[in-house]
Amino acid sequence: MAGKTLYDKLWDDHLVRQNEDGSALIYIDRQILHEVTSPQAFEGLRLAGRKPWRIDANLATPDHNVPTTERSAGVDQIADPVSRIQVKTLDSNCDEFGITEFKMNDQRQGIVHVVGPEQGMTLPGTTVVCGDSHTSTHGAFGALAHGIGTSEVEHVLATQCLIAKKMKNMLVRVDGELGAGVTAKDVVLHIIGVIGTAGGTGHAIEFGGTAMRSISMEGRMTICNMAIEAGARVGLVAVDDTTIEYFRGRPFSPSEEQWDAAAAAWKQLVSDDDAQFDTVVEIKAEDIQPQVTWGTSPEMVAPVSALVPNPDAENDAVKADGIRRALQYMGLQADQKITDIKLDRVFIGSCTNSRIEDLRAAAEVVKGRKVADNVKQALVVPGSGLVKTQAEAEGLDKIFIEAGLEWREPGCSMCLAMNPDKLGQGEHCASTSNRNFEGRQGFGGRTHLVSPAMAAAAAVTGHFVDVRELMQ
Amino acid sequence: MKKFTQHTGIAAPLDRSNVDTDMIIPKQFLKSIKRAGFGPNLFDELRYLDEGQPDQDCAGRPLNPDFVLNQSRYQGTSVLLARENFGCGSSREHAPWALDDFGIRVVIAPSFADIFYNNCFKNGLLPIVLPEAQVDELFKEVEATEGYQLTVDLERQVVVTASGEEFAFEVDGFRKHCLLNGLDDIGLTLQHADEIKAYEARRREAAPWLFDAIK
Repeated sequence: MAGKTLYDKLWDDHLVRQNEDGSALIYIDRQILHEVTSPQAFEGLRLAGRKPWRIDANLATPDHNVPTTERSAGVDQIADPVSRIQVKTLDSNCDEFGITEFKMNDQRQGIVHVVGPEQGMTLPGTTVVCGDSHTSTHGAFGALAHGIGTSEVEHVLATQCLIAKKMKNMLVRVDGELGAGVTAKDVVLHIIGVIGTAGGTGHAIEFGGTAMRSISMEGRMTICNMAIEAGARVGLVAVDDTTIEYFRGRPFSPSEEQWDAAAAAWKQLVSDDDAQFDTVVEIKAEDIQPQVTWGTSPEMVAPVSALVPNPDAENDAVKADGIRRALQYMGLQADQKITDIKLDRVFIGSCTNSRIEDLRAAAEVVKGRKVADNVKQALVVPGSGLVKTQAEAEGLDKIFIEAGLEWREPGCSMCLAMNPDKLGQGEHCASTSNRNFEGRQGFGGRTHLVSPAMAAAAAVTGHFVDVRELMQ
Repeated sequence: MKKFTQHTGIAAPLDRSNVDTDMIIPKQFLKSIKRAGFGPNLFDELRYLDEGQPDQDCAGRPLNPDFVLNQSRYQGTSVLLARENFGCGSSREHAPWALDDFGIRVVIAPSFADIFYNNCFKNGLLPIVLPEAQVDELFKEVEATEGYQLTVDLERQVVVTASGEEFAFEVDGFRKHCLLNGLDDIGLTLQHADEIKAYEARRREAAPWLFDAIK
């Protein structure tokens, strides 16, 4: 019998019941809740007279709507009345049902996918769900994690289970060594460029290969975060010593007495050598350059040194039409240099790239430089209050402020512009977030996805530039 | 949940691939704490020429005449024809809620994104995957004939064209059962409460660090 993949092991470990029709009940160890996709789920519980199955499997924090400007007066300070009601509704629902919540001005508040791992809520071998597609982030720790809809949020609250069907296994192997200035973000954008935005549909993607082993936990989170942009609800990285060490001493991590047993169990969370994958994609680390998206889907990506593609050179009519539509929306010309794209705003943040390592990488580039005159605004939004505190302890806030960037309070911010941070119509933004869809960062806004270092380089030069030129 | 057995209705062609859930329902409308009322803002950025705001009356907003659902021949559409990877991006269930509230009961495409596909079934909305060639043919037929209607029979798992041609489709047995009978997932799962409790007891034994830690 062939060995098991990491995904197979996680699935088998959580199987409560396998039905004859192929559907199954799987047990959910952890659910993270935020204000946008939970109110209707709590309302559903109330209407049916149900209680949460297991309070201690849940953690909540508001992130999508919260303002990132000064907010010490609390929720009443949220200017937008509709946002304010949504955040207050999360607070009252958590109070009513007894769910632990890091409220807006709690130092532990932040983006759900930053907070979960930071607290040791996410642990290797767990199943983690959240009403947010970027829940794939948590797979970086060898956890089976994926986004769900609000009906499923309610289902997990009420039953601690999900009705699921097993996915297929895909392995994306990145072998070799990444060049200087090439980051985890460039790796995942490159992968999406290769397999396409639906390349992973129906699959759990395990990211493996020698390059993955040298990437930090923050970087692995960035890569798994964007598995969904390749169509895969689940991204995974095998557990190694880097994973295990990450959890030492975190608030919800195993206690000292439990540690050895936990670590021993976690070490099993790797794919067997003879495991069979339905699909294998091989990528050479040396082929990966700093990436920039030029279009309106994450697969519309190219190395910074490339030209914007020409739809006339595309043989597939549907694809050519897609390129034309994207160029028109983005206000770009076919065959123009990516380095000639001028930026109006820069956003460093989001569940993809708002962790301490991301902020350090950006600070290193802007240190001693100034934001270019044509850049109206450059935002740095840490992923959590604890990331913010850490960055301030390292003096990163001062580096950003001296360079002319704005240092903000934690939240999702301009990644999806549900709070006041947004692009104006036609504005180009170098963004470390995960989606360049039409209107994503603001009505008519034009998003270019890049790494934190590349966003920082764009901020100080006013256009895209290969960050390696600034590192010499 | 609303039942789905058989449906006949006007079909409209949305001819672009990778339609994401941000496009189906933009973020500003996700601030609602309700499940209903998203219909007027379905495809807001494609449908209107201005930027929509939550709680705004959409009746006076300038419509984009080029957008398919604004054209008079597609008024009353309940079957949406779409291209590959429909519903990609965010997990927002507001996307199927908006489609449902607008009056869409069926979406037919060559492929769907996983989370969106799953969310549809929780809301009595039927996503149907057909081979690209058949979807192409349906696009041509719909565009050629004003008032073109399609019939979908879930029990028999077929899409029936105006000329009576039938296209078979696959659907997961459990999901079909729930849709046909309008069943509530949670109620069904709770019938297995003893199995869940038994699993949980084993889990607590094997991984005690996962219990009583979050407080």
